[in-house]
Amino acid sequence: MFQRIKQLRQAGVVGINARNNRYVMPHNPRALYALVDDKIKTKQLAQSVGIAVPELYGLIRSVGESGNLDTLLQDRHTFVIKPAHGSGGNGILVISGRRRNTFFKHDGTIIDIYRLRHHIENILGGVYSLGGQPDQAIIEYRVKFDPVFNSISYHGVPDIRVLVYRGIPGMAMLRLPTKRSDGRANLHQGAVGVGISLKTGMTTLAVCDNRRIDEHPDFGHTLVGLAIPGWENLLLLATRCYELAPLGYLGVDIVLDAKLGPLLLEMNARPGLSIQIANGQGLQPRLDAIDEHCAQSQLFESAEQRAKLAATLFA
Amino acid sequence: MRNIHVHVLAVGLSVFSLAIMWTKVSTLGLPIMPDEQTSTWIIEAQIEFEAVGKPVIVNLDIPNSIPGYTRLDESFVSRNYGLSIDIVNKDRRAEWSVRRAKGLQRLYYRLDLAADLTESGSKKNVRAPAPPPIPDYPEPFASAVQDLLQSSRDQSADVFTFVSQLVSNMNNDLTDSSAALIHKGVQAGTEKWVQRITYVLAGARIPARLVRGIVLTKSNGRTPLLNWLEVHNGEQWQGIDPLSGSKGYPDNFVRWSVGDDPLLTIKGGHNVQLHHSISQQPQSLVNVAHERAEAMESTMLGLTLLKLPLATQNIYRILLMIPIGALIVVIMRVLIGIPTFGTFMPILIALAFRETSLLWGIGLFCLIVGSGLALRFYLEKLQLLLVPRLSAVLALVILLMLLLSLLSHELDFEYGIYIGLFPIVIITMVIERMSILWSESGALEAYKTGFGSLLVATITYFVMNNNYLEHWFFMFPELLLLMLALFLWAGRYTGYRLNELIRFRELAK
Repeated sequence: MFQRIKQLRQAGVVGINARNNRYVMPHNPRALYALVDDKIKTKQLAQSVGIAVPELYGLIRSVGESGNLDTLLQDRHTFVIKPAHGSGGNGILVISGRRRNTFFKHDGTIIDIYRLRHHIENILGGVYSLGGQPDQAIIEYRVKFDPVFNSISYHGVPDIRVLVYRGIPGMAMLRLPTKRSDGRANLHQGAVGVGISLKTGMTTLAVCDNRRIDEHPDFGHTLVGLAIPGWENLLLLATRCYELAPLGYLGVDIVLDAKLGPLLLEMNARPGLSIQIANGQGLQPRLDAIDEHCAQSQLFESAEQRAKLAATLFA
Repeated sequence: MRNIHVHVLAVGLSVFSLAIMWTKVSTLGLPIMPDEQTSTWIIEAQIEFEAVGKPVIVNLDIPNSIPGYTRLDESFVSRNYGLSIDIVNKDRRAEWSVRRAKGLQRLYYRLDLAADLTESGSKKNVRAPAPPPIPDYPEPFASAVQDLLQSSRDQSADVFTFVSQLVSNMNNDLTDSSAALIHKGVQAGTEKWVQRITYVLAGARIPARLVRGIVLTKSNGRTPLLNWLEVHNGEQWQGIDPLSGSKGYPDNFVRWSVGDDPLLTIKGGHNVQLHHSISQQPQSLVNVAHERAEAMESTMLGLTLLKLPLATQNIYRILLMIPIGALIVVIMRVLIGIPTFGTFMPILIALAFRETSLLWGIGLFCLIVGSGLALRFYLEKLQLLLVPRLSAVLALVILLMLLLSLLSHELDFEYGIYIGLFPIVIITMVIERMSILWSESGALEAYKTGFGSLLVATITYFVMNNNYLEHWFFMFPELLLLMLALFLWAGRYTGYRLNELIRFRELAK
């Protein structure tokens, strides 16, 4: 056991207790949590500074308003319904097809308008929100993800998580839904995590269930050595999010749309630590390097400069 | 910086709480182990006499302050007699009186004692008594005294050795003519004997006095009072064995009265008899400590819960265990990383187990949560709003428990009846949370968390039901400050959780 502790320490692995005590608590003021926990606020903020986000189709605030569902949906065939205060990808319903009042979920199962409404009512009732408080339901644009991911993503939307520490990208990973994760890009539900080199935007290694893998468990395609298209743009977008919500320890979730490019999906004030496993590296050396950099330069750095730093700071 | 602050605060709190605890243990004798027994002594003085039908006044010397002992309680049994207690020369005197009494009379005085823990006692420097004047000894007594004093003085260095020498000379030198002369008519060891020594010592201007006391022995029953000699050397009174002349008091010597005044005087009666008897009573240390604290008028007692009404005490017995439960949850979550429903749900489940006993509790819990979960999935199909659905689950859970109780009553299981006290809301919440986790993260995660909660609750149950812990927290509520310190430390813990050692195993290369 002590052997393992020593090894992890040498690898610079950050544990949950250390993350909370050393990074989340000192760098993330509680008052700013509301900005990132409420996806509507995040969206509005992002739009106000020109950060691209999936388009908001409609907002349902109360059970009464769910009657307007038909008018909100118009004749849209694809959309996403999710809770404004959800966490861990819970409560997200992806509709990828429609025939009148019959909807097709991303995995092909059928759901009728009543069940859709029930799902919305559950969201409003706070089933998926933190602490069970009453919530709001968001209906938004369903991302048509970049064809790069077609062969390595099962049903759901793959997203890219960038950890931004004190405004500088520290680590990134690609999250791929699998059959087992039920189309969700959540690592502890069985999704695949793929480490990305900040410098090149190429995938480096992949893990599933905390174990290293080389191929996608459902498709068998190789996961290593892929290039993320428009990587510099994506990194810049992630970096700009720090100006949106100045949280020192911030997780930014980005999707790559085939037409629209990188879109900000959501932000997280206490991003998980699986990113270390996906990259096969501990966070500690990188966070230390950023701390050191910040201690040396007092100058204001633009988002472009900071995004570039990520490529140079970690050799 | 923040760390230093936390460490200083936590160390301060621990030291403070342990210091209070230590003080309580050392001065009040609050027991560290539960159910510890000690013995208290009961000394009873029985006065028997024949009244002759005239007014009766009985005076009895009773102890005031007893060095080395605390008076826990005393009582007087005296039918028809009026009672008053006076303090005469720092001794107490009980006075019974009655206008008319005839026949055999019996009066009792009863005293409860506990031995002091600290040796020191009250060694207040009492003002030294004036040296007695040299008595006008009659001849040939005078020369015998002179003779004795002279020979003793030659063989001694200070007051105590002089007195020791004198006493042993008086006792042992039966061949010595002057000693024999002084001896004359007095039996060794009696009151008179001690008084005679005092009389002789006055010849050397040494203050001396008679002390009566009782030696506490294991053999219960009648015990005569022991006459002892005390001599003042200008600084303090010191006991001297009136027979051997050796310094000190017998072991377990309870000083009953001081001075030459008669122990008992009776007007209006004859055939007087006075008996003392001793008995030993086992008592829980807690009670003794409590009584001792009251007798000492100790402020420390303010920090024990023994003063509160019994019902309140019982509530605190449970309440004080809750932080211990919280400590277990902290350890499980922060140090080990076992997932649980909510933070304090396991404590509540453990409290519920207290009422059902563990195995039954776990069985009932699984049964009710299992069937509740099934019902919840059925309700899911009906597509109900959240709050009405929760309420529906609640109603069904209560119905389920009712059925179980009825069933167990029919089958003569007494455990089923306790189920009614099982906190319903907790079960309902567990069902709700578990079903959400189930539909969101899959059955595995739900089972894991459910099992984690049950495991933590079971451990918490064992810890919270521990006799020692319950005793410590009840006797020493200041230990809560120690808990606070532990929580502060846990709050600044940045090490790995046990489950992270497995989670990050790929990185440990």
